[in-house]
Amino acid sequence: MKKLLATTGLALLSLTAAAQAEGKLSIYHWFEYIPQELLDKFSEEYDVEVTMDTFDSNEALLAALKAGKLGSYDVAVPGDYMVKILNSEGMLDTFEASELSNFGNIQDQWVDVAFDPGRKSSIPYQWGSTSFSVNRDVFDGSIDSLSVIFDPPEELKGKINVLDTAGETLTLASLYLGIPQCTSDRDQLKELNALVQKAKASWASFGSDVAKDVLVSGDAAAGMIWSGFSAKARAEGANIEYAFPKEGMIVWMDNVVLLKDAPNRDNALKFMNFLLEPENAAAVTNYAQYTAGVKGADEFLDPEVKNSPESNPPADQNGVFVEACPEEVQVLYDAIWTNLKK
Amino acid sequence: MAGGASSRIYEGAGLKLMLPSWLVIGIFLLAPVAMMAVYSFLTKEFRGGVIWEFSLAAYDQFFFDRGLFGDEAPTIEWTYIGIFWRSIWQAGLATLACLLIGFPTAWFIATRDPKTRSIWLFLVTIPYWVNLLIRTVSMKFLIRDTGPLNEFLLALGVIDEPLGLINTNFAVQLGLFYSYLPFMVLPIYAAVERYDFSLSEAAADLYSGTWTTLRLVILPVVKPGIVAGCILVFVPSLGAFLAPDLLGGAKTFMIGSLIEEQFKGSAGNWPFGAAASMILLTIVMCVLLVYARNQNKGETR
Repeated sequence: MKKLLATTGLALLSLTAAAQAEGKLSIYHWFEYIPQELLDKFSEEYDVEVTMDTFDSNEALLAALKAGKLGSYDVAVPGDYMVKILNSEGMLDTFEASELSNFGNIQDQWVDVAFDPGRKSSIPYQWGSTSFSVNRDVFDGSIDSLSVIFDPPEELKGKINVLDTAGETLTLASLYLGIPQCTSDRDQLKELNALVQKAKASWASFGSDVAKDVLVSGDAAAGMIWSGFSAKARAEGANIEYAFPKEGMIVWMDNVVLLKDAPNRDNALKFMNFLLEPENAAAVTNYAQYTAGVKGADEFLDPEVKNSPESNPPADQNGVFVEACPEEVQVLYDAIWTNLKK
Repeated sequence: MAGGASSRIYEGAGLKLMLPSWLVIGIFLLAPVAMMAVYSFLTKEFRGGVIWEFSLAAYDQFFFDRGLFGDEAPTIEWTYIGIFWRSIWQAGLATLACLLIGFPTAWFIATRDPKTRSIWLFLVTIPYWVNLLIRTVSMKFLIRDTGPLNEFLLALGVIDEPLGLINTNFAVQLGLFYSYLPFMVLPIYAAVERYDFSLSEAAADLYSGTWTTLRLVILPVVKPGIVAGCILVFVPSLGAFLAPDLLGGAKTFMIGSLIEEQFKGSAGNWPFGAAASMILLTIVMCVLLVYARNQNKGETR
């Protein structure tokens, strides 16, 4: 009897030990951007308890970190220009390439990037583009120009959703006008201000996290959207086409960064290394429908994701990264944005 | 004297007994408001945060327009006053709608058999067990152009094309009305329940018509309930940002979304957000002061 009790006790002890994971990992991520199965897989492989909070814009990420969340997360997933900003704000920790055994899996063109030369604090997560999609049941004309959003045809007036982020919306508007980003030229800024003010009359709503939903539900017949989000909307039944405008589009890369004062630095590096595993990078791509910056991920991709029209722009398509403007210029763009939404 | 003895026993205890309330008020009410007041007079740091230098820039930005580049002669800035004004009339209309629907509802419940009253009250509160966000999103699903409401009316042939409710001011008011209706019903119910119906009978005996009875007998008695209900609906509606965001399409700022943008959005201007909050707080205080003065007048009369 005693023996039975003892073994039961031991069994119980080992059970609780199993339930109590070795370590923890706290992720600050975009909404709808990583499959739960992948988190579970990491959790199981490394015996780490994973928690994740989400944000819906690069600016919201910065605001939260600035308002005191730094020190409570291990990794975050900012876009290219935001990596640069976080770094200049002193919010990133650095690591040596030797600390990640899969560092060599990063595709060559994504190693020495302008926003983090030599990848001291970040690894590639996914990259894609920002343009717009149009419901082909409503409008069957040409969609090769950003004028569809900024000077829309009659059929689309009042049925357009634009992303609720100043950076991407004003950058696309600048591309349409052919003016440089972060300009301090007054006439160009006035032109930009006038353009978005006039276009707003044709817009139904501003929204980022709802960008897919409004196209699927038919609330909007056209909308600014990220490439993979548009592919998902199409998969959910919307008869939409993603446009590759002649004026150019935004290209971006989201990156996993190691945050300063990360409470679980070791697990953060394990997670980053895990995401550089081709199979795992492909799992994210299959879910989010963007493109991984990891060598060898291709062979694990679903064919429909690999060949999706959204991820395969024409060879001569122009794309630009959003730039981080200096303060004296950024205030002007902020003023245009507030002026737009007043 | 028993009363004297007991009051001596509890002498000095009053302060101790009040301590928990004072702590709660101090920590959760006064301290945050004081922090907000201080921050509104600080200098903004680029991309969020503050520099600890005194500045009136936030209030200046609120009231004066110096052009897009900030070097023109200052004129009155109507942008933010306009946003506040829009929020005030949106909240006002929502309050009015709540009153028009809430008063008869409360009256109906209060005049039921005492046994069934609690069931009716219970029914009123059921939808509010669900989170506000989910209720607002559901409202969006309901009234969107391809939603059940429009499909139903189209199928009946009442309308030929969707009503186009979503992303309008009306949708925002509808959302606010739906969110805060019980805050109107419950205080009015409490007031009507205490109403002595023999007063109505007396009025009828004195040849008073229905309308006159309502106006001269019932309303003065249940007025505190109505005023409390109006405040409970108006004040949270004023600062709401879920309904304008989800039902109004986030196209125009309301006070709540303007303030949110300063802390969460690209502008990252904390002092300005704090200043806008302080101005909002002042407006609400004024409304409440007017109410309190009216109450006092009523009592002295």
